[in-house]
Amino acid sequence: MFDIATQLFEGTDIRFGPIDYDKDPEVESRWTHNAEFMRMYDVNPARPLAAVMVKKQYEKLEKKMEEEKNLYHFMIRAKADDRLIGTAEIQRIEWTNSNGQIRIGIGSTEDRCKGYGTQALQMLLRFAFAELNLFRVSANVPEYNEGALALLRKFHFVEEVRRRQALDRDGRRWDLLVFGLLRDEWRGQAQPAASRDEVPAPSADEVSALSGDEGA
Amino acid sequence: MQARLLEYEMKDLFRGELVRFTAEEPEFRARQEARWARDTEFHRLADSDPAQLYSDKKIKEWIEKNFEDGFKPGRYSFSIRALEDDKLIGFLGLWLNLIHSEVWVGIGIGERDYWGKGYGTDAMKLCLRYSFMDLGAQRVSLGVHAYNPRAFRAYEKAGFRLEGRTRQDIMREGKRTDSLWMGILREEWIQMQNGEQR
Repeated sequence: MFDIATQLFEGTDIRFGPIDYDKDPEVESRWTHNAEFMRMYDVNPARPLAAVMVKKQYEKLEKKMEEEKNLYHFMIRAKADDRLIGTAEIQRIEWTNSNGQIRIGIGSTEDRCKGYGTQALQMLLRFAFAELNLFRVSANVPEYNEGALALLRKFHFVEEVRRRQALDRDGRRWDLLVFGLLRDEWRGQAQPAASRDEVPAPSADEVSALSGDEGA
Repeated sequence: MQARLLEYEMKDLFRGELVRFTAEEPEFRARQEARWARDTEFHRLADSDPAQLYSDKKIKEWIEKNFEDGFKPGRYSFSIRALEDDKLIGFLGLWLNLIHSEVWVGIGIGERDYWGKGYGTDAMKLCLRYSFMDLGAQRVSLGVHAYNPRAFRAYEKAGFRLEGRTRQDIMREGKRTDSLWMGILREEWIQMQNGEQR
């Protein structure tokens, strides 16, 4: 039986949706003013962006999605009030090799520690393996991003590469870790707790971002 | 303490033991690279994209465009010539991340007669000298297919260390294979130089 009735973009507390050009730029502009978040989300230097600049970025992003066809980008919204809480994407997809890189960010502090990251990753993995038919996905994470490391381990990602001292931040160098998950490993695992109630108390500050994107 | 070279000697950055780095006339370079691209074994050793064929004309346009775009502080590319007969045998590209002082390197020795004879190793040694001594890199990185042990050994000889493997990363001939990821730190390279000088 094909399970096409279970919606790909609907989770328990969150949903994936497209960009809302009217409302989202202002929200994401606020996130970019949070240096702590930006340093978890991106290995490029943190810099604040005005809403109008975020809007331009969205346009570039959608153009890239349309032209290069190796990128899937979703806005994560709370089901309760439809507010924007984060982004999830699969990028750098190599279709002939069936692989890609995942990236998730939960933008504002009040939305962390609520299991949204777990739900988003669960939905993103189902999309990667059951819709895009990828064979494997990777995630790049700086060693200092403990929330992301905990989230990946929850989904049994395997630490495959430790790129020693690849990042320069706060006057010292940090390793950049590459994690991988294969389709068979994803299929075999019981789905981690997704609903708010089942989420174990986060040891580190729960995930703010799962990334380490290296830009192009 | 930062590692330092014990003896400082200004070396020719573009001349090794077996090879030298050059810039070629776009038309000549394009013709050679178009010829190498028809060798699918070479392509599959060097790249993970599907093999694709482009005309001399198209390749020449890319080379010219790169030049016309002007100096880019993050992008360096060289042709490789053998010292012995001055034959053009390959190319080398460097991508410098200026924020994190990391260089990614890609190399290809397109002339099959020059495989397995130390030319690639020598080019990588030159590449490391250039990256650490001229580009200010703190580390140099590369990726290599698990089915390319000759390249892997050359990189090891030049000083790279294996840092991990992404499992079943790519698919060739219906089979999945790992990608290996290697890196060398500035301190490690300097220690190598000091060791060789002693």
